[in-house]
Amino acid sequence: MSLRIIKPGLLTSIQDLGRKGFQQHGVIVGGAMDGYSLRMANMLVGNDQGEAALEITLMGPTIKMEKDCLLSITGANLTPTIDNHAAPMWKPIYVREGSILRFEGCKSGCRAYLSVAGGYGIPEVMDSKSTYLRAGIGGYMGRALKAGDVLACEPRKIIDGQKLKGSFSFPMWFVNEKEFMGARNPVIRFIIGSQYEHFTNDSKDRFEKDSYKVSNQSDRMGYRLSGPALELENNKELLSEAVTNGSIQVPPDGNPIILLADRQTTGGYPKIAQVITADLPMIAQVKPGESIQFSRVTLREAERLYLHKERQMKEWKASITLALNNWLLN
Amino acid sequence: MPKNLLNETACNMSPLGDSAIVITFGNGIDYSVHKKIKLFMDLLEEDPFAGFVECVPAFTNLTVFYDPLVIYNTHKSSNESFSPYEVVRSLLEGKQRDSIEDKKLSHRTVSIPVCYGGEFGPDLEYVARYHDLTTDEVIHIHSTGEYLAYMIGFAPGFPFLGGLSENIATPRRASPRMTIPAGAVGIAGKQTGVYPISTPGGWQLIGQTPAKLFLPNVNPPSLLQAGDMVKFQPISEQEYKETKGGSDESSHNQARIID
Repeated sequence: MSLRIIKPGLLTSIQDLGRKGFQQHGVIVGGAMDGYSLRMANMLVGNDQGEAALEITLMGPTIKMEKDCLLSITGANLTPTIDNHAAPMWKPIYVREGSILRFEGCKSGCRAYLSVAGGYGIPEVMDSKSTYLRAGIGGYMGRALKAGDVLACEPRKIIDGQKLKGSFSFPMWFVNEKEFMGARNPVIRFIIGSQYEHFTNDSKDRFEKDSYKVSNQSDRMGYRLSGPALELENNKELLSEAVTNGSIQVPPDGNPIILLADRQTTGGYPKIAQVITADLPMIAQVKPGESIQFSRVTLREAERLYLHKERQMKEWKASITLALNNWLLN
Repeated sequence: MPKNLLNETACNMSPLGDSAIVITFGNGIDYSVHKKIKLFMDLLEEDPFAGFVECVPAFTNLTVFYDPLVIYNTHKSSNESFSPYEVVRSLLEGKQRDSIEDKKLSHRTVSIPVCYGGEFGPDLEYVARYHDLTTDEVIHIHSTGEYLAYMIGFAPGFPFLGGLSENIATPRRASPRMTIPAGAVGIAGKQTGVYPISTPGGWQLIGQTPAKLFLPNVNPPSLLQAGDMVKFQPISEQEYKETKGGSDESSHNQARIID
């Protein structure tokens, strides 16, 4: 017992970097929608980057700390407060037993991540702690959190409670959120999809020139977009095949769907485009009702951006580890 | 003279994003295509390259997922235009050269018990009427067929089965059901299949199996694998009730793996 859920929020679930190696059995990958924010939340409390955290959607939970703990909040700014004082994001926070963490409303982004030092004590199912909502497995009892749930976390007596002014304490330094959070209505980069050439030239043009609105029927499985309808040159029936995170499928109504973390493993609709891995977290932070614009890049460019981002993460890891140790020791 | 598989494959690989590659082996639903996919997949899983994550077989292709960072760290070069995709592509081409040829593909046969009709198969009578058959004839045709699981997808453990007799192929229901129970056995056009978890759907339901197809606590978590031959064994309502439930492990007994 360590964190007690007083109110669950809109959709709060345990997610890590996903369940890999079981797609050939029809088991989805799942995992955090915004993998970079999850990894950063973990780095900030000294966890492995792939440790499971709470993914919090738009309206956050109310949580009572039943032990002292070291936590961090990254991703969307859902206005976190601790005992009614504004709580900082993108840095470690040491929180005293009995404090109440609340989220007052969404200022920017869509999904926040809450990590605790030592992780949440969730068992792995098929090598992952991610909640697979539709199959009811993984995470906390295979479901989103409810009021009354109690999550375990490692007690950390790493800071002398006497030194705490008020109910929480944090260092001066922080990670610049601009490195991780895209603009409103962002430009999303894509490479052409497996069936790009099946679409009419007009559709290919409009896909890049016009913007698309994220509809209300958007969730962890995928974002449904509305904008210019996309048409095929000929209606060749396609056989089901593997799809992946960021595949943009076009069903017969012409409105594209971006497949995301909880996508099915296979699909039978033509794929016009594929969002580059480095930009997937940006999509996770777009709310229904906002717009996105697509911009085409080459595969080589997508790969370069991916590797560049990984180099940055490695540099962050080195400097955060140093700063965190200094703070905890002083 | 052996076929030059390298040339044959040089033009049939394409990227699926920046972390996966699709190898296409043919055009249609065809056993010879399936065989190549399965043999290549076995070869790859027995001896994976550094950075290999997993692969997903489908009707005409195999998608290989990889970690571009591991590929980069393993094959690092100062070359500005380094491409993990190109590295994986040449690794796979190398594999394909020394594979396949005249290898034999072995299949498991899995027998799935089904209680046909009544509350278990509310559309059995519709399917019979649609084809001017008796319900017993539909059951006979369905349960004497042999079906190949070409791939698993759509839902955890859901098999895409080929081999349904044209004599009982039936279009989907005009209005889909809000929920189809786990274990439901259905027909949709020329496909037959079993629902591993409860989901909405428009299939014509002809029966239900007490066996579990999705087994999250067993490895592998799917009763059926791509390449399995599937048979359906009619059982009575009594037998259904006796075998329903039980652990994931016992499901392997309910659905007999014949070889």
